[in-house]
Amino acid sequence: MNAAFRIPGAGRLSQAKTASFSFDDKSYTGIEGDTLASALLANGVHLVGRSFKYHRPRGFLSAGAEEPNALVQIVRDDARKTPNVRATVQELYDGLTANSQNRWPSLAFDVGAVNDIASPLFSAGFYYKTFMWPKSAWKNLYEPKIRAAAGLGVSPDKPDPDHYAARYAHCEVLVLGGGAAGIAAALAAAETGARVILADEQAEFGGSLRFESGAKIDGENGYSWAQAAVAKLKAMDNVRVLSRTTAFGYYAQNFVGLVERVSDHLKSPGRELARERLWQVRARRVVIATGAIERHMVFANNDRPGVMLASAARTYLNHFGVAVGRNVGVYTANDSAYAAAIDLKKAGVNVAAIVDLRDNPSGPVIDEARALGIEINFGRAVVSAGGKLRVSSMTVQPKNGGGERTIPVDAILMSAGWTPSVHLFSQSRGKVAFNDETKRFVPGTYAQDCVSVGACNGTDGLSATVDEAYAAGAKAAKDAGAKTGKGIKPKVDASESWSRGMLGAAPGAGPGTTVKAFVDFQNDVTAKDIRQAVHEGMRSIEHVKRFTTNGMATDQGKTSNMHGLAIAAEELGKPIPQVGLTTFRAPYTPVTFGSIVGHARGALFDPTRRTATHGWAASHGAVFEDVGQWKRAWYFPKAGEDMHAAVDRECVTVRKTAGLFDASTLGKIEVVGPDAAKFMELLYTNPWEKLEPGRCRYGIMLREDGFIYDDGVVGRLAPDRFHVTTTTGGAPRVMHHMEDYLQTEFPHLNVWLTSITEQWAVIAVQGPKSRDIIAPLVEGIDMSDEALPHMSVREGRICGVPTRLFRMSFTGERGFEVNVPADYGEAVWEALWAEGQKHGAAAYGTETMHVLRAEKGYIIVGQDTDGTVTPNDAGLDWAVGKKKTDFVGIRGLARPDLVAKGRKQLVGLKTKDPKVVLEEGAQIVADPKQAIPMKMIGHVTSSYWSENCGRSIALALVAGGRDRMGETLYVPMPNGTIEVEVTGMVFVDEKGERLNG
Amino acid sequence: MLLIRCPYCEEERPELEFRNAGEAHIARSANIAAESDDDFEKFFFIRANPKGVIYERWRHIHGCARFFNAVRDTVTDKFVMTYKAGEPKPEKLPGASK
Amino acid sequence: MKKYSVFAIAREAMRGHKGWEEQWTSPEPKKEYDVIIVGAGGHGLATAYYLASEHGITNIAVLEKGWLGGGNTGRNTTIIRSNYLYDESAGIYDHALKLWDGLSQELNYNVMYSARGVMMLAHNVHDVQVLKRHVHANRLNGIDNEWLTPEQAKEFCPPLNISKDARYPVMGAALQRRGGTARHDAVAWGYARGASARGVHIIQNCEVTGIKRAANGAVSGVETTRGFIGAKKVGVVAAGHSSVIMNMAGVRMPLESYPLQALVSEPVKPVVPCVVMSNTVHAYISQSDKGELVIGAGTDQYVSYSQTGGLHILQHTLDAICEMFPIFTRMKMLRSWGGIVDVTPDRSPILAKTPVPGLYVNCGWGTGGFKATPGSGHVFAHTIAKDDPHPINAPFTLERFRTGRLIDEAAAAAVAH
Repeated sequence: MNAAFRIPGAGRLSQAKTASFSFDDKSYTGIEGDTLASALLANGVHLVGRSFKYHRPRGFLSAGAEEPNALVQIVRDDARKTPNVRATVQELYDGLTANSQNRWPSLAFDVGAVNDIASPLFSAGFYYKTFMWPKSAWKNLYEPKIRAAAGLGVSPDKPDPDHYAARYAHCEVLVLGGGAAGIAAALAAAETGARVILADEQAEFGGSLRFESGAKIDGENGYSWAQAAVAKLKAMDNVRVLSRTTAFGYYAQNFVGLVERVSDHLKSPGRELARERLWQVRARRVVIATGAIERHMVFANNDRPGVMLASAARTYLNHFGVAVGRNVGVYTANDSAYAAAIDLKKAGVNVAAIVDLRDNPSGPVIDEARALGIEINFGRAVVSAGGKLRVSSMTVQPKNGGGERTIPVDAILMSAGWTPSVHLFSQSRGKVAFNDETKRFVPGTYAQDCVSVGACNGTDGLSATVDEAYAAGAKAAKDAGAKTGKGIKPKVDASESWSRGMLGAAPGAGPGTTVKAFVDFQNDVTAKDIRQAVHEGMRSIEHVKRFTTNGMATDQGKTSNMHGLAIAAEELGKPIPQVGLTTFRAPYTPVTFGSIVGHARGALFDPTRRTATHGWAASHGAVFEDVGQWKRAWYFPKAGEDMHAAVDRECVTVRKTAGLFDASTLGKIEVVGPDAAKFMELLYTNPWEKLEPGRCRYGIMLREDGFIYDDGVVGRLAPDRFHVTTTTGGAPRVMHHMEDYLQTEFPHLNVWLTSITEQWAVIAVQGPKSRDIIAPLVEGIDMSDEALPHMSVREGRICGVPTRLFRMSFTGERGFEVNVPADYGEAVWEALWAEGQKHGAAAYGTETMHVLRAEKGYIIVGQDTDGTVTPNDAGLDWAVGKKKTDFVGIRGLARPDLVAKGRKQLVGLKTKDPKVVLEEGAQIVADPKQAIPMKMIGHVTSSYWSENCGRSIALALVAGGRDRMGETLYVPMPNGTIEVEVTGMVFVDEKGERLNG
Repeated sequence: MLLIRCPYCEEERPELEFRNAGEAHIARSANIAAESDDDFEKFFFIRANPKGVIYERWRHIHGCARFFNAVRDTVTDKFVMTYKAGEPKPEKLPGASK
Repeated sequence: MKKYSVFAIAREAMRGHKGWEEQWTSPEPKKEYDVIIVGAGGHGLATAYYLASEHGITNIAVLEKGWLGGGNTGRNTTIIRSNYLYDESAGIYDHALKLWDGLSQELNYNVMYSARGVMMLAHNVHDVQVLKRHVHANRLNGIDNEWLTPEQAKEFCPPLNISKDARYPVMGAALQRRGGTARHDAVAWGYARGASARGVHIIQNCEVTGIKRAANGAVSGVETTRGFIGAKKVGVVAAGHSSVIMNMAGVRMPLESYPLQALVSEPVKPVVPCVVMSNTVHAYISQSDKGELVIGAGTDQYVSYSQTGGLHILQHTLDAICEMFPIFTRMKMLRSWGGIVDVTPDRSPILAKTPVPGLYVNCGWGTGGFKATPGSGHVFAHTIAKDDPHPINAPFTLERFRTGRLIDEAAAAAVAH
């Protein structure tokens, strides 16, 4: 069944292929190849939306991406509801479901439209002047109401089941825009053999050739030529042709972001197909061929459904075979609307009248319109549109005033002229220049290796456009290093050509009037709003824009900016270029978050690093914690155990027998070379020259400002070889820090640095039975205390694989850290675990590690220090080489405030009530009775229940802490103050005997 | 995303491979321990932060891992040149006729 | 100054809004002023406003190279909070927060300060420790900041994903209920209107090209694109351009200027009821009165005055947003832009006298200056008027980098072990 406004024989769609769809729960039939807009228009539906502020009924202004009014919600299913979709861009598929937005209870009867009646109150910036009394009412009353009324569509409320793809590409010539200009440029570039990418936002190439019925190239109708040319380009190996692909952002050094809409036009995309694909293209040269956008006329009630751009009406007719009305009026300030009138008239639509602001224009289109019997009125203006939910008439008046005449119409086609799309050029940081004669901004000074061609460059006429574009395409390829091409320039046989037009308010909406003549449709900005902004002192166009919100809607001012600028300039009495143009910002049209994010969602948001024993730990019930990108086993609960119980058991077991812990995530760097010791002397506070090979030392690394940057145990494997360990989180930055000094400050040192973090798996075996567990598996290393004392390292074999075996302890117990090649990590762990079982050892996680080290007062950089802590603050002065004349941080440490009295120092804390466990981060005061704000003298950095001590323990940074031993301090908490005693930092085995126990 | 020429790899590569390492040609004193507080402040904290030509350090961290120097215009973000660490600050910039 | 009110609007509605006066005047510069403020952003305008309203100094020029409020004031994500860790920071930001509450009435200009709550998420044990340290310190400083479980966080912000299966699950959150947002342009305009009404000259399109010093070294005025303008006191409040201006007086600064990007989505009906920030996942989001999701991105890694940045920065930000809010992948980015943030080595601002007599500087706010606008202007006005800092800004000296007395908010959030 043919829809009522589909014109038989018109358009390019095959009428046989129908598609049913619904809009606001009503079913309609369209044709494959329709947009939602053309399908609705074919069914005579113009009313599709409500405006932002006044909730005025709105129809289709355009047939493209510049659409400000016709925004709908597309619903595929419960999880795939997309708000703010331009119906003029959304392609129809069978079963498409669309709903109107921003209306209640219905589109035709919207309660919010009361705002329209009260609109004199809602002038530009009104909200800055009121809603202030009483003070609390803004938050409780006004703002919630304003927010509920604002917004357009509704956000999805379920995670998106669709996926988004991403590609990077490189080419010699990237052509943005696939109209006549873009195609001609791409042909010329492609013929040189250069790699070319041609992208266009539409489903079909051709740009304005879609509606320019008068264009002829190489003997063919313009649109057919475009299809043939694109087919030829697609067949070339060096060319990539992307349709439905919008170049949205032009970044530094010819880096262009494009989004390809892959499956939004399909009935059943399936799971394989991405919804969209982000292309990030680096091009040697870019050809911008983005065309121009028609402007509307600014007159009273120019927003009524049925009032639209002339080129849109032409597109609906010539491409989609749809008449936008049966009795249309035309209002224009240039020639292009005549072509629309002529096409519609020829298709059998009555053209009630053409109203032309110009006094005595002449030209072939005017003659042709006249010959077709269309009434033409020169020097007249449409001063108002009648009707509410649909335009019903236009009121015409001589432009300098005089008698009015009302002409019944069911659509008004308007054209104030064309605005070159300089968005991408401007984003490339090129400077636009105002052409005073044609009243338009065109590309002026270029900042990048790109060129604009055709309408976006202010070039009028198809012939000139193709000439310019073809030459530019060839030159771009040549500049990018390609050979000269052998192609033949397309020949333009017939073209349409127009320029000029008007900017600003039309007669009847000028200064002194109070009519609603819309400049920005979606944001309900009228000509008088812009004048009011100027009147209130807004002199910069940026102020006008922000005060009125002109150009800030989802169309980003594509149709409104130039009008707004002209009205402001007129009101200021300044020439347009002096008022300036607002900045063009990316994206050109809105792009989904999904397309930008691509695959980086869920588990792929950030890489997950797992150690060699991860699988073992998971199968033994480990709970994991995130530490940087690592997953670390946190604790190993047995059946029925909570975290507390598991950690207590693990802690006791380690001190009683032994425990196994995966320490693989610690950073490891090998420092090798004849000057390795000298380098270590410079990078760490400690002395290294005299450390015997085979021995280890706890090292502290500072930043140049003297604060602790990292720490770790370092083993000297040989005179010229150190095995350095770092904190888990610090590994990459410590490596960077070391490389920085080695390459740029100490390049004379003959040293090599290698990150070996992932090369070695590290299994800590700690506890009195640790040697008994390891020894049976070790070959070639004497495990006696004499041969392998605490803080030493040997190379040998374990379970038949190479090992670097450290005797060291982060628990205070006799301990070892077994380094084995990561690939053997799990097998060696299993073997150690089997041995451990014989002794009743437990596997333990990071929480137990934390408790055990706190019992011994060993610090964790990043927890007990925070980037403002010196070695002295942390009680680690012993680790600073007193005789050293240089190391990184030596000068920073000597600054006045770093040696001042009263600095915060790391101490132990014991709660007076041993059962009370302090909260980490809790603040410490000397006088609990003081009023807020209290004088805080420190904070708790680490705090645990210690099952081994049978009480809680804590570490804290306290001002002058070491002079406060035995003092009582207070930790005020919301439900009461906790008394604590300042103690030393060691809670277990103060003498350190267990290291050899 | 900037495109940066690594003077060691002799290739232009995307910014994602590089890490900026701050202002260039600020040498650490060989006798830093004897510096005054003022000199240390200048060395470690004070920065030129120019609007215009900056001499800065980059590291090709996901490439050859070398540090090198660059001259860039901080208004346009365009690189004038890059050169190896340790090479002197160029006296004359290419293309700078004025 | 004619008062704004609903009655004024009604009156004007009757006569086509023709009776509104200019919100601020645009006078020609005089030869000399008592005080010159360089930079007509929020901080500079607030400084002028408080000099006039609290210190009786009205012979002031605020010089702006572009248009007022056109720098970071008009480019930021408008987050307001005061739950900083150190006493010094908490002091100045809470001073500001107290002024925000009531600023609309003070200025007779609705700046739309909305105490919607600022929620900072913890995603790992280290985050929990750091945020709890903030909560406790804030409590004893009299600043509201409370700890929420993941479930409470979701109750406060329903679209938040608290699934345990997330790559970085939410382990809790710190909520400052008095935190929120305000309308950035209105802040600049409200201060401009208030200052202008008190006689302050706001001179736009007037770029400072030099700072003149008298024989005794003290400031005597500034050279501008509109000629020399004399003043014995000059306050530099030039954000990203602070190094450039201070260099004109021979003062080299511990500052670097980086691009900072932000973006908004298309407007939708209310969905994010508060501000959500995450340092670990690294993004922050709120929803404007207009319905746009307002999203802050990170800084680019290099010094730049270009006011643009790379697409990969926005990518990382939106990755993070969609990690916290997986329902937003179908939302669309409407507009993105860049500002220039001036960053100090300890990420805290400088509001101080300088080695040059009569020259004062207010800079280094990094990515967080908007929230401080009223407080910063208030104490900086005091500093200029009295030639002596207010107790609140006394710690924020230039000298602290030499002495080591840093106010290191960044270090307090040291990276995870």
